[in-house]
Amino acid sequence: MKAVLGCVALLAMGIAPALAAQSSTTDEIAKYRAALQDGNPAELWEARGEGIWKAPRGPKRASLERCDLGLGPGVVKGAYARLPRYFADADRVQDLESRLVWCMTTLQGLTAAEALKNRFGNGSGARSDLEALAAYVSSESQGAKMDVPLAHPKEIEAYRIGEKLFYYRGGTHDFACATCHGEEGKRIRLQDLPDLTTPEGARAAYTTWPAYRVSQGEVRTFEWRLYDCFRQQRFPELVFGSDAAIALTVFLARNANGAPFAAPAIKR
Amino acid sequence: MNRRTFPANAAAAILVAALVPGCATTPGDDELAARTTRVLHDSFEAAGEAGLERLDQDETQRSCSAAAGKPLPRDAAAKIEAANLATVRYPADGKLVGDWKNGEKIAQEGRGRQFSDEPGGPVGGNCYACHQVSKSELAYGTIGPSLYRYLERRGNTVEAQRYTYAKIYNSEAFAACSNMPRFGYKGILSEQQIRDVTALLLDPASPVNQ
Repeated sequence: MKAVLGCVALLAMGIAPALAAQSSTTDEIAKYRAALQDGNPAELWEARGEGIWKAPRGPKRASLERCDLGLGPGVVKGAYARLPRYFADADRVQDLESRLVWCMTTLQGLTAAEALKNRFGNGSGARSDLEALAAYVSSESQGAKMDVPLAHPKEIEAYRIGEKLFYYRGGTHDFACATCHGEEGKRIRLQDLPDLTTPEGARAAYTTWPAYRVSQGEVRTFEWRLYDCFRQQRFPELVFGSDAAIALTVFLARNANGAPFAAPAIKR
Repeated sequence: MNRRTFPANAAAAILVAALVPGCATTPGDDELAARTTRVLHDSFEAAGEAGLERLDQDETQRSCSAAAGKPLPRDAAAKIEAANLATVRYPADGKLVGDWKNGEKIAQEGRGRQFSDEPGGPVGGNCYACHQVSKSELAYGTIGPSLYRYLERRGNTVEAQRYTYAKIYNSEAFAACSNMPRFGYKGILSEQQIRDVTALLLDPASPVNQ
């Protein structure tokens, strides 16, 4: 672990300034990411998540092995590539993270506050069970084709609201998701921005979350990605598992349909 | 921004649901906009300096959101530009150009107005996030056009100073649904900060013009 991270830091320090001026920077970063893929620290989160999934927890001393992620109780393989979706028991569309919270409260008897504690790890002491579980569950969809359903009226409504939210300008800076993610080949500073209005862009971006963020020392999920985008948009704080978070996830995940799922990935 | 490839299968699924009687619970456009507003207000919490009022749109934000990335009809664009031009307040003393060195700091500063920012802390323009500005800063974004050698293109005239000040103050006055924030109108940058950024672009001694 230490060796892996030390190597990451050295590469990050060495490559960023030296190649910034060159047009091949993006290619070099792609190579650097590919090199790191062999030793992605996200595997540590996956292993911890699998342990949490199988451990009896909460007042009911139940594991999550009866949790239905959409393919039947306990079926993890391929589940993430088919989320978000409508769940009749909850009567709402849920993404993985909100479904996990649902299972923790209904099966294990945890309170919502307990389930959501440390929902985003802080890179050191406060580790997130949800990030570990998301790393584990999503890793079981590697190679599966994205296949997000759009059949139930609530799924269709979520998709349409998600699209509206994508173009919704607000706040002090007038920013919408589309401000940064509506054109191909753009970047902020040196960071490339996926164009999420095309199937190609949505596929490339969506299928690489969750991801191990080198700069944060944490695995981050798609809920975190949206949360931190809205922070930079100067919006108020996005509520974890909220309807807006899920609607945007439906919109982007569905637009990624057909692409092989490739996360947990590793990002700067 | 003109190209919008709405995934065909998603469009088909929505169309089928809308056409089949009995499963036509998909809302119309007005209803959808109302639901979206409700969802937004239920999905955010006030944090730091960012209150829920930031979710409420003004007319410009509403029109540009509804356009969903497509160009507005010419008359609608002209209306937005006229309304925003009317908001521009030039400095009372007529001084439009400040200190380019401060302007460079403002252009580099990315903090300000985020709920995570320290209250009372620095608020910048973050120009480099989207624009090439000086030649020496290589970590620049490309959402906006390059501003390098701005003076050469605009000329050192009072008109250029007034345009530049006003463009930073309210970008929508000149380009409806621009991606650029309205720094003066929305109270992001102060009058002096806008002068300093104007100087960064127009002062012959500024690195932008070297």
